[in-house]
Amino acid sequence: MLKHINQISEQAFLLDFGSIIDIQTNSFVISFANHIIDNIELNYELGIKNCTPSYNKILIQFDPNSKKKREILDFLYSINLKEFKSKETKEFVEIPICYDDEYSLDLADISQQIKLTKEEIINIHLNTSFHVYMIGFMPGYPFMGDIDKILSVPRKLSPRLNVPKGSVAIVGNLCGIYPNNSPGGWNIIGNTPLNLFLKNNNEPTLLKPGNKVKFKSISKSEFDLIIQSHEK
Amino acid sequence: MKNNYFEVLRGGVHSTFQDTGFNNVQHLGITTGGVVDTLLFHLANKLLDNDSGTPVIEFANQGPLLELKKGRCRFVITGNVAFNIISKDNILQGTPNQTYHLQEGDQLDILSTIKSNYGYFTVEGGFNIQKEYGCFSTLTQSQIGANNGNKISNNQIITFNNNYSQSNTKIEMSFKKNHTIRVIKGPQMNYFMLKTIKNFFEKKFYVSKITNRMGVRVEGNIIKAIKSHNIASEGIIKGSIQVPGNGDPIVLMNDHPTIGGYPKIAIVILSDLAKLAQLPMGSNFNFQEVSISEAENIYLENIDEFNFLINKISKI
Repeated sequence: MLKHINQISEQAFLLDFGSIIDIQTNSFVISFANHIIDNIELNYELGIKNCTPSYNKILIQFDPNSKKKREILDFLYSINLKEFKSKETKEFVEIPICYDDEYSLDLADISQQIKLTKEEIINIHLNTSFHVYMIGFMPGYPFMGDIDKILSVPRKLSPRLNVPKGSVAIVGNLCGIYPNNSPGGWNIIGNTPLNLFLKNNNEPTLLKPGNKVKFKSISKSEFDLIIQSHEK
Repeated sequence: MKNNYFEVLRGGVHSTFQDTGFNNVQHLGITTGGVVDTLLFHLANKLLDNDSGTPVIEFANQGPLLELKKGRCRFVITGNVAFNIISKDNILQGTPNQTYHLQEGDQLDILSTIKSNYGYFTVEGGFNIQKEYGCFSTLTQSQIGANNGNKISNNQIITFNNNYSQSNTKIEMSFKKNHTIRVIKGPQMNYFMLKTIKNFFEKKFYVSKITNRMGVRVEGNIIKAIKSHNIASEGIIKGSIQVPGNGDPIVLMNDHPTIGGYPKIAIVILSDLAKLAQLPMGSNFNFQEVSISEAENIYLENIDEFNFLINKISKI
């Protein structure tokens, strides 16, 4: 439930949905945010410029010159769970991943840190059913959870300057995928040939908050086939 | 056949097409972008009588060297900037915040910003670039927006629209450096001890060399959180002052990541964000707290001041 709304700047409200971080709270946050994002005409009328959901919060950016703060607050407080159109965000997405040594840059390190074999780590990862908590940090980057505690590893002490595009990486109970080459501090366990972000698509991100994700192990030759199919 | 165009002989340090930035896309992980110094952006378009959303070229420190290959134009550079207009038999030292004409074959050499970091260049009628996600800005980190998401580089071509007035306009501006940056309490100010918060406001910071469109890192006054330097990641608004584990705060600017996991001790008010971004590396300044309603009033007063300022635009 929406607990309270804090105005944190001349142009932003931070909506607080309580301190509990779990899939139930996050699913509510996602429905709430989608209700705002989909209301395009009202956003325009009220001067709402961006709506960014996270685990248990939503950031609303508005035009500080529109003088519609009161109306925006009225709109936000009027959003009622019952009104949510059951827009299906829980769709299931299967993501192919290649765990070969050339892609799983940190698997050996993780194996040493947590005293599990590479195969055991891969099995835990393949058997995890992921929930996409949010998209952000960079375009199309998914924050997915929850990974079993025994696989929990901290961020790398010195982040990589260039993580390869498609890298699947873990930290704590989360798994992420780098949509493009980027600096990054998460531990890389494999790579997917899928595009996580295509800016010209009608829906530019492969994943949306609320999606359910499972990984499927593929060989290097299957990986290359999918990459080639993009180029056609 | 290309109509009016410049050839870029030197791109400069970081020159990009910008307007007021992206809307309705932060939930996809796309940041807001847009001009760092909104006042100088609007001033450039006012001086040329352009529509208010016409894109400009923002440059950082050293700007581009351009040759007008075809056509003629009226242009302006806003900010505190040194530049030369090089024609066949003459080099003219330009004055910013005043419009000039360029004829075919002339070069415009934007040498550097003076005691500031960002300046703006645009032409009457605006540049001929495509919108992406409804916006003319460039996000170089994500490769999204104008110019295929790239900064302006050597040997590329910049086309522009064919508006041309004979008359020139100018405005007198004084650039006083501002060493007090006003902030609002941050959403995680309670992650810091009262003593730390007191230091944050009383001791001076200086602008470090790690400063760009993503953020301004400030040093000289180590700020440590009480227990953790990690929070559950949440949406970021520009101006947020994140405090990472090393204790040197980062003021997030226009190209900030869309969500962040460091505690935010304070948020710089919109009216002072460009002032901070314009402070040269090594400048001292301090933070001062204001309330939300004070910040809102300052914002509206600034709009009034801008409207007053543009009344002083005069014909030459």
